[in-house]
This record gives sequence, structure tokens and C-alpha cells, in this order.
Amino acid sequence: MSMRDRGPFFTALAAAAVVVAVGAGAQAAGERKAPHLGTPMSAEEVAKWDLTIFPDGRGLPPGKGTAKEGRVIYENQCAHCHGDDGRGATAEELVADPQPLTEEAASKAIGPYWPYATTIFDFIRRSMPAGAPGSLSADEIYAVTAYLLAANKVIGDTDEMNAKTLAAVKMPNRDGFEWIDVKK
Amino acid sequence: MTAKLDPEDLQPVAGGGLLHRRLLLKSGLVLATAAAAGSTHAASDAPAQKITEDLASPSWMRTPGQPFTTYGKPSKYEARVIRSIGANRDLPSNGVSWTPLESLEGIITPSGLHFERHHNGVPEIDPAQHRLVIHGLVKQPLMFTVDSLLRYPMQSHLIFIECGGNSNAGWHEEPIQRPLGSFHGLVSCSEWTGVPLAVLLDQAGIDPKATWVIAEGADAAVMNVSLPLAKLMDDAIVALYQNGERIRPENGYPLRLVIPGFEGVTNVKWLRRLQLTSEPVMARNETSKYTELLPSGKARQFTFTIEAKSLITSPSAFQKMFGANIYEIRGLAWSGRGKVAKVEVSADGGKSWAEAALQEPVLSRCFTRFRMPWSWDGSPAILKSRATDETGYVQPERDVLVKERGRNGYFHYNGILAWGIDEDGVISHVYA
Ligand code: HEC
Repeated sequence: MSMRDRGPFFTALAAAAVVVAVGAGAQAAGERKAPHLGTPMSAEEVAKWDLTIFPDGRGLPPGKGTAKEGRVIYENQCAHCHGDDGRGATAEELVADPQPLTEEAASKAIGPYWPYATTIFDFIRRSMPAGAPGSLSADEIYAVTAYLLAANKVIGDTDEMNAKTLAAVKMPNRDGFEWIDVKK
Repeated sequence: MTAKLDPEDLQPVAGGGLLHRRLLLKSGLVLATAAAAGSTHAASDAPAQKITEDLASPSWMRTPGQPFTTYGKPSKYEARVIRSIGANRDLPSNGVSWTPLESLEGIITPSGLHFERHHNGVPEIDPAQHRLVIHGLVKQPLMFTVDSLLRYPMQSHLIFIECGGNSNAGWHEEPIQRPLGSFHGLVSCSEWTGVPLAVLLDQAGIDPKATWVIAEGADAAVMNVSLPLAKLMDDAIVALYQNGERIRPENGYPLRLVIPGFEGVTNVKWLRRLQLTSEPVMARNETSKYTELLPSGKARQFTFTIEAKSLITSPSAFQKMFGANIYEIRGLAWSGRGKVAKVEVSADGGKSWAEAALQEPVLSRCFTRFRMPWSWDGSPAILKSRATDETGYVQPERDVLVKERGRNGYFHYNGILAWGIDEDGVISHVYA
């Protein structure tokens, strides 16, 4: 970068640095003097970056899938690490029989523990399969999500998952969490 | 100035031979320390080392030394001081590496030994191809280049970062036998320097409805977590430097969100996106993980703050004692709530305690080094340390913590650590 690019901001920044250096009290003044170097983004640009899927389903893409289709994907792309039928291998168990969370039987698999079904879709879309994250289509993610929910007996074997039905799934442990460092 | 030693100084102040911490200021006292396993450190009663040099005139005093280097490395004689790695067999990019706390002194962790927790490896990010986006409940979404962030006024935090999963073997039924760092070493301490996040968020214009910020990294796990906006406005920084140099790739190069006192996972590495919202996203890493299941069947969630903790780094497991002698007990203490106010040490398994000396500087949310003189008579002893922070919070005994939390919580283990020393000077981890 040449000095010329820096020109407009360099003076302001140098002044701010001096103010910051004189002590903590001057910090607020220093912050006000900070240069404005962020580039404004349009809604279309933001949409390309935004991967968030909220518990109410905002952010879920169009698409659909069922447990039957999902089982094939699971067996081909997930079972190697997560075990047959999701019972765990070198990576977490994803499936467990419905059970209350007690000291003796404390499964943190999806069915007994996870509070929101949208988290399954979101996590698979951003992180799985671990060797090729981001490689599944929306339909494939809906399908494998349906498979995991059905295997955990949270939905029926033939239920279709899409943006609407997935957001409507109520996980058994929805109310199982107490917030500690933030008030609800 | 150091005062002269007098015989009264050697009167124990607590059971098991603990001596007064003022002894550390006296002259005329030689303190022993336990030695690392396989250590080459000379000690009077250690087996003699094979001497290959003329000690009065070693070869390196008689030939010119090595040339300059562009980037220095530790001595080849310190090659054993490394992180230990625990990774997934089918996915070697998933796992942790532990800081060898038992081999380090002072309060700063060398950047190359800072602990790591990666969910899917270390991305090799070209800073010219990386952006930070701020959007959501803001007046104007903004995109920042790394170069532009380097031009903002900066601030430093000298702080520890501890993984919420550190020390989780403490929940096991049986005490795990491993070197200290390979069990408690998911905690490290650095100087982090960068741009106060409040400056950037203010420039985007915060909508009054915003209460949370979802932070996301640019690794292959695209790791995301939700964080309280108020805390981020208070003291979070977008860090660009660690210990004076640009952040190492494994610690988030080129940008890391650094939140003093909050558990490691919230200090999002390879930071790419900050979304202001009015609710948490309920990401996998704040629901399935980083929550603590209690005996009641309910789970603690959003347990961001690291509670006070302390560890005796020497003597510790796999180190060796050199028989009855006066030792310096050494350790580290920290709290995510502020400064460490006091560290007490016990040599009789917690029956009696005496206050250790805290080495300056004692900083908020930073490692604090403590030291304690101890006269070991060679009989079995149990060493413990207990930290109290400036809010009055006292580090709990393990049995108290386990009774309150059960054994399925996994995260946020800060129970008191006990080292048992037998008459042969063998040190092991014990529950006591
Ligand atoms: C190469 C091994 C591997 C493959 C293949 C794989 N995973 Fe994973 N998976 C992992 C690992 C390792 C983790 C833990 C990640 C972490 O620690 O952040 C994980 C975590 C998960 C989790 C979260 C588990 C929890 O309890 O929090 C889900 C859900 C998941 N994977 C689903 C899938 C699906 C669906 C597929 C197939 C499309 C898949 N995975 C393929 C290794 C794998």
C-alpha cells in the first residue's frame, strides 16, 4: 500500500494514537477519532455472507427431504465416523433411544439432548461431512436431518423436512436449559 | 533488599511443613524444585551428568558461534518442551493440543506453545482474501479488510484464554495420571492487541433492539457462537497481534475475537462475521457442547465466565523430588471475573492452609504466578492450592464441585487439584 492510499486517514489515526497514549480516560476520545474504514454493504451482498439459521426457521433455504433418502446419505457419507445407525464411532453418537436425562443415563445425542431441530440442519450445512464441509445440497441436508430426527424417534419415518416442517419440530429437551451468564 | 535468614523463618506456618511466604524475600536460602522427568538440570543429589566439556573453558567459548537467524527458535536442548496433541483418529484436524504448563515459568505462554482447539483444522488464510463483515441489527452493514483494521487505534489485553473443556478429566471416577499440561493445559496467557470491537460496532450503528452478537470463523467448521452484546461492547477486541507479532495461524490469523474472562470457544478464531441480533442462534457449540448437564437433568447454558482456578505446576506429576529439603512450590492462578486476590497452599491435603506469595504483576483476567516455600521432611504429603478472586469467589474442593454439578457436565471443571507425594518422592494425581 502506498502512502498516498493512506493519506486521508493517516492524520486522524496519528492524532488518535496520541490521545490513547495519555491514559485510560482519554480512550473514549481516541475511539471517536478512529477512522471510518468499513465499506458499506448492500442487502444482496450481506445475504451471500449470512449463514445463520435461527430456531424459528429464519435462514432455512428452500428444499426438502425424507428419512428414507437421508439414510442412504448417512450410510455413504457419515456412518464411517458416527457409526452404524448413528450410534457413535470415532465421532459422537448422534442417535439414542428416547430417555430422560438422569445421572446414570446421560446421553447427549440429538434426541435426548438437543433443544432445537434447526441446529442439526445448521451444523451439518456449515461443518459436515467433516472431510468435505459445504458439499451437500439443501435437499440432501434436509434428508439427512430427517433421517437423524426419525432415528431418534422425534419425527415419523415418512415425515418430510423442509423450511416449514423443520422449524415446527419441537425437540423433547427444548426446555432443558438454564441460562447462567445472561438473563432470558 | 533481601533480609538475612534467621532460624525462626524455618518454623512452619501450616501442616506438612509449609513455611511463611516472606521467606522468599530472604537471602541465604537455597530452594530446591522438583525436576522434570528426564531433566538435565543439575541438582546436588541428582545422578551425576556425564561431563563431556571442559566446564571452565567449554568449546563454545573458543569458536565463533552460530550466525544470525531471521526468526529465533528455542535451544535444541529444550526440544522436549512441546504441546502434546490429542486428535480424532478419523479426522486429525479435530482435537486439541495442550500447553506444557509444568515446563514453563512466569505468566506469558510463548505463542508457539499456546494451546489449540480446532474443530476442523487450521485454515491457511491469505489476509488479502479475508474480510470481516458486521451486519444484522445495525444501521449500515460494513465490510472491513484486514489492512483497514490495522489502521485503527489499538488496545492490548494481557489475559489468559481457557477452553471450557479444560481439565475435564477431573470429572472422571479415578484421578488421571498425566503430566500437568496434558490434563490442565487448555489454558494459556498472551498479550492480545487489536481494535476495540465497540469502535467498529458504533461505526455500523447499533440498533437498540440488538442484545446478542453471533460471531463466526472462517475455518472448515465455520464455527459460530452467540455472545452478549453488552460484554462485547465493554472489553472485546478484534485482535491482530499476539505477544507483539501477528497472531499465529493456529490462534486465529489474521483476526481473532478476544473476550477477556470468557471461555475459549467464544474467542472466535479466523473471525469473518459478526451479526447483531435480539436472540442467540442456538448453535451446536452452545447447545450440544459447552453446556453442562446437571444431576437434576437440566443443563447450564451460556456459562461464558471462567471461574477462579489454580494449579501447582511444581512439584507436579512425573517430576522428581530430591529428598527432604526446602522446596519452592510454584503455580498459576487465574479468574475470569477479575484479579486473583489470594492463593492458599496446603501440604496436608487441605487440613491447614497458608497464603502463598503472589508475584507481580497481578492483573485482571491474567495468569498470576504464585510461590510458596515448603520444608518437606520426606514423609508422604498431599499438596493443594486454592484461589480466591477479587469478587470473593473461592475455588471449590473437587467433591463439592462434583456434588453440585454431577459428573456429566464435562465443561468448566475448576476443582482444587491435589498432588500426592510418597516417601520415595514419586508425585501422582490424587483425589483427596
Ligand atoms: C471424517 C469423519 C466424519 C464424517 C465423515 C462425518 N462426521 Fe460428523 N463429526 C465428526 C467429528 C469429529 C465431529 C465433532 C466435531 C467437533 O468436535 O466440533 C462431528 C460432529 C457432528 C455432529 C455434532 C455432534 C454433537 O453431538 O455435537 C453432527 C450432527 C454430525 N457430525 C453430523 C454428520 C453428518 C450428518 C455427516 C454425514 C453427512 C457427518 N457428520 C460426517 C466427524 C465426521
